[in-house]
Amino acid sequence: MESNQLISIKQFCNHNEVPLRFISALKDFDLIEIVIEDEDEYIYTQHLHIVEKMIRLHYDLNINLEGIDAIYHLLKKVEELQKENQVLKNKLRTYESF
Amino acid sequence: MAFIDYYNILGLSKNASESDIKKAYRKLARKYHPDLNPNDKKAEQKFKKVNEAHEVLANPENRKKYDKYGEHWQHAEDYEKAKQQQSQQKAYSSSYGNYSDDEFSDFFSEMFGGKSSRGSRSQVKFRGQDFNAQLQLDLREVYSTHKRTLTVNNKKIRITIPAGVENGQIIKIKGHGGGGANGGPNGDLYIEFSITNSTEFKRDGHNLYVTKDIDLYKALLGGELMVDTFDGKVKISVKPETQNGTKIKLKGKGFPKYKKEGQFGDLFVNFNVKIPTNLSAKEKELVKELSKLRSHGI
Repeated sequence: MESNQLISIKQFCNHNEVPLRFISALKDFDLIEIVIEDEDEYIYTQHLHIVEKMIRLHYDLNINLEGIDAIYHLLKKVEELQKENQVLKNKLRTYESF
Repeated sequence: MAFIDYYNILGLSKNASESDIKKAYRKLARKYHPDLNPNDKKAEQKFKKVNEAHEVLANPENRKKYDKYGEHWQHAEDYEKAKQQQSQQKAYSSSYGNYSDDEFSDFFSEMFGGKSSRGSRSQVKFRGQDFNAQLQLDLREVYSTHKRTLTVNNKKIRITIPAGVENGQIIKIKGHGGGGANGGPNGDLYIEFSITNSTEFKRDGHNLYVTKDIDLYKALLGGELMVDTFDGKVKISVKPETQNGTKIKLKGKGFPKYKKEGQFGDLFVNFNVKIPTNLSAKEKELVKELSKLRSHGI
């Protein structure tokens, strides 16, 4: 079953050639949310890019789940800091040209 | 087309083992991978080079070819043969965020042709690649919500640019990235706004700032002044005895608030009192008279 919001984990793992246990491990680390419907497990489609990123980190860069967990939180901070930095740059641009 | 020293890129000597190559690649990939360096163009460029070096050196056949002709590729007859073989190789697709397979170096393309498939994990793509684009607009253009047609990968898309977008702000256009594989969804298009300002206004968030010159007499005696806003001209009153640097706020005459229809910031007008120059003898006399009346100072 697949809706606009949910994608079957089995299907996802099949397409990405990753074992189901990897997705379960991500869930155990509270890195993704799994939805159970009719005894099947799903993830939200809007979370797909996050899961794909974690797959790349794990399988392409050999980063273990503890590392992914740390990276995930640090990247969130980086994103917030980049936004803040942009706001400050724009402010500075305003005052520099006065 | 410059020769690229792939060994140097990976920090290896020519006699590096396969495991050394793998280790060096992993180390550098962890440092420069786009997933770990969001919005960092320099890291992205480095990663492309590292990835390209790995594509060549991790493949024994490619490495052999590179070792044999690499440094003298422009003179080697066999180089041309190698070049002809390339067209037969399969194209390579990647889903590394912004990373595009079109961005392998000319050296790589001519030496090895199409991009090979990646090593450790075969990539059956699910979601399409995300695209990044930059759109330059003038401040005046982002004062109101408007539509614009962009060409992305030879496809025309019409997007709505909401009023009040900030310089450096990135908006996501869902589903307008690369096409998904095996029925997977398309990637997204990320547009970064670069906003130039050719107006007299300075912008800070949704507030605008402008400096207006007023003459000494208007500052002393008060009066009226016409001020341009994005919304037309506004008549403002200058209070008597207005000091240089005085700021007044015109509520709601600033910039629109992003995605808050009908809400605007404020416009701050800073008065710059201009002291008259080239005074006539008569004026000097009168100013002296005035200064005598103010003998106690300010």
